Amino acid sequence: MPLLKLFGSDFAPALEEPLQEVSLEDWCDNPQAHADATALVIENDIGVEHFAEDLSSFRIIILNFPTFKDGRAYSQARLLRERFGYTGEIRARGDVLRDQALFMVRCGFDAFEFADEDAAAATAALAEFSFAYQPAADRAEPVWRRRLDRPAAA
Amino acid sequence: MYRYDEFDATLVGERVAQFRGQVERRLSGELSEDQFKPLRLMNGLYLQLHAYMLRVAIPYGTLSSLQMRKLAHVARKYDKGYGHFTTRQNIQYNWPALVDVPDILDDLAEAEMHAIQTSGNCIRNVTSDQFAGAAADEVEDPRIWCEVIRQWSTFHPEFTFLPRKFKIAVTASQNDRAAIRLHDIGLRIYTNDAGEVGFEVIVGGGLGRTPYIGHTIREFLPKKHLLSYLEAVLRVYNLEGRRDNLYKARIKILVNAGGVEKFTDMVEAEWAAIRKSEIDLPAEEIERIRAYFAPPDFEALPAESAALEQKRKGDVAFARWLRVNTVAHKASGYAIVNISLKPVGGIPGDISDVQMEAVADLAAQYSQDEIRATHEQNLVLPHVKKDDLYAVWQALAAQDLATPNISLVSDIIACPGLDYCTLANTRSIPIAQRISERFADLEQQEDIGELKIKISGCINACGHHHVGHIGILGVDKKGEEFYQITLGGSGAEDASLGEIVGRGLSSGDAVSAVEKLVDYYRENRQDNERFIDTYRRLGADPFKEALYAAA
Repeated sequence: MPLLKLFGSDFAPALEEPLQEVSLEDWCDNPQAHADATALVIENDIGVEHFAEDLSSFRIIILNFPTFKDGRAYSQARLLRERFGYTGEIRARGDVLRDQALFMVRCGFDAFEFADEDAAAATAALAEFSFAYQPAADRAEPVWRRRLDRPAAA
Repeated sequence: MYRYDEFDATLVGERVAQFRGQVERRLSGELSEDQFKPLRLMNGLYLQLHAYMLRVAIPYGTLSSLQMRKLAHVARKYDKGYGHFTTRQNIQYNWPALVDVPDILDDLAEAEMHAIQTSGNCIRNVTSDQFAGAAADEVEDPRIWCEVIRQWSTFHPEFTFLPRKFKIAVTASQNDRAAIRLHDIGLRIYTNDAGEVGFEVIVGGGLGRTPYIGHTIREFLPKKHLLSYLEAVLRVYNLEGRRDNLYKARIKILVNAGGVEKFTDMVEAEWAAIRKSEIDLPAEEIERIRAYFAPPDFEALPAESAALEQKRKGDVAFARWLRVNTVAHKASGYAIVNISLKPVGGIPGDISDVQMEAVADLAAQYSQDEIRATHEQNLVLPHVKKDDLYAVWQALAAQDLATPNISLVSDIIACPGLDYCTLANTRSIPIAQRISERFADLEQQEDIGELKIKISGCINACGHHHVGHIGILGVDKKGEEFYQITLGGSGAEDASLGEIVGRGLSSGDAVSAVEKLVDYYRENRQDNERFIDTYRRLGADPFKEALYAAA
């Protein structure tokens, strides 16, 4: 289960530092009992908007992909980043494949518990597309803006 | 027509390169079939009964002659010399080899074509009115907004693993030729009482096992907000749609389970939070796209063509084709030509490479280089001068493409059925062939008038049987094929779902059943009533009686 983190546009292996994880439910039930938790685990059937204001104290939020086909965490990540301004690490856990890495990065993930990927292959997957049509959490300039910025044809 | 710029071309090229790598990983065993499946599906590649099937996108059904020639090339070089136009305005190839698919996609990319998002649980190829840009009854060209949606939805990072597939249709006409009330989202462009042009937003329509007519969740959406509103709908669906049951995962279930008001509230709340973001395009970009859909330079022509009138009087067959297969155009002296892909005894939607080349020739010479694919599995030449209609008809007839049966009893929609499909319970194509043979008499067909027969080989309803005036659904009973008849459906502006009229019939009896229903209609119709009108006036009972009365 290699952990890769995003540095700029490259993945690099990250040290698996010991995390003090707590689930959102347990933390909500008794925050004091989990005061030393460093990572919050949010399942993908929970509306992050109900809790987002209090999450900034966590250095890491872990979102879950029970199967790669279950794409709810893409929306959760965008909400955390774009609506609630969460700036800590958002980590993808579960069925995480390099073929989904670009979408995840675009939605705001920056750490990945890959099944069996090396950093070079995952980085190459991120570079497969040069442009994006639509804005997302990665602040990539959408194609329409590049078109506007393009020098007028002579 | 829209043309790719360097951004569009780069992205499509990069997609082919990505898929080439994924195919290599599959062939080398690095990817399991389970891991490869969603990747190939997102590139339109299915594994069917006998072979792979590749579905190529035709965005909003618009094709140039160059693109049609490319489709013919693919049919010739990589398939068995034919393709199949579908109810989604796409084309399918039934026999490609996996190892060839990256090359096929490379060839298609040369003509600005691709198979992106023609399958998978993502936003699918957006569909529209096949007469867009030519119809006398449209507010503006809906394809401008289709292209806006195409770009926004392409590789959308958040909406690529939705609970289920997602289909959007756009029309700008009162006469709904795009079945917008039967899509996940239907958009109708219209002018409101204040004189502003915007969208009616309809959500939650669909066929399949649980058919629903869509609900209007917003009466009027200003055009500039289209993408942020769509993003709000999709986000609510992505987070709230069911994922525990494949058959309850479409947005129609979410909309109807909690009620349309609750769903609308969720969408409006989400939209309020994002409507001021950068999702909506600036006016400059919309105008850039609009410019591609500027009307062609139509010649100033008299409304009537003397040459045409002369031929019409002298040639009964031509006159019939004119009546049945051509439609009024918005420009004086022009007509819209429907090309029937439903010859008597033929397979609905199938077309050979030679026929494709012939259609491309005609488009280049007579129709401003444009071709359309229709959701009823036919083609259209949208901009033909009336002076040229006779020549076009002769050329089409020479290729068996001039059957004068558009919207008539033999213009049947049929899914591929058990001849190709892994999901099917029964065959569909042979039923369509036998019905069209039974009603081969063109004079009789024209007398019967508009009659939409739609055939599905299983309850997934790809043949749209729920919205057929007469729908036929194939069911498997202990290894035997049976066909259930539904009556009274419509996919048009008067959308309605058909009701099942009784026990299933054998394939032979199903064909006879259509005949009995048609006979009853002809005996009981009033004035200019269509089949569906008579059915709606009299109700199901007399039709049931006619169908099941002892012979």
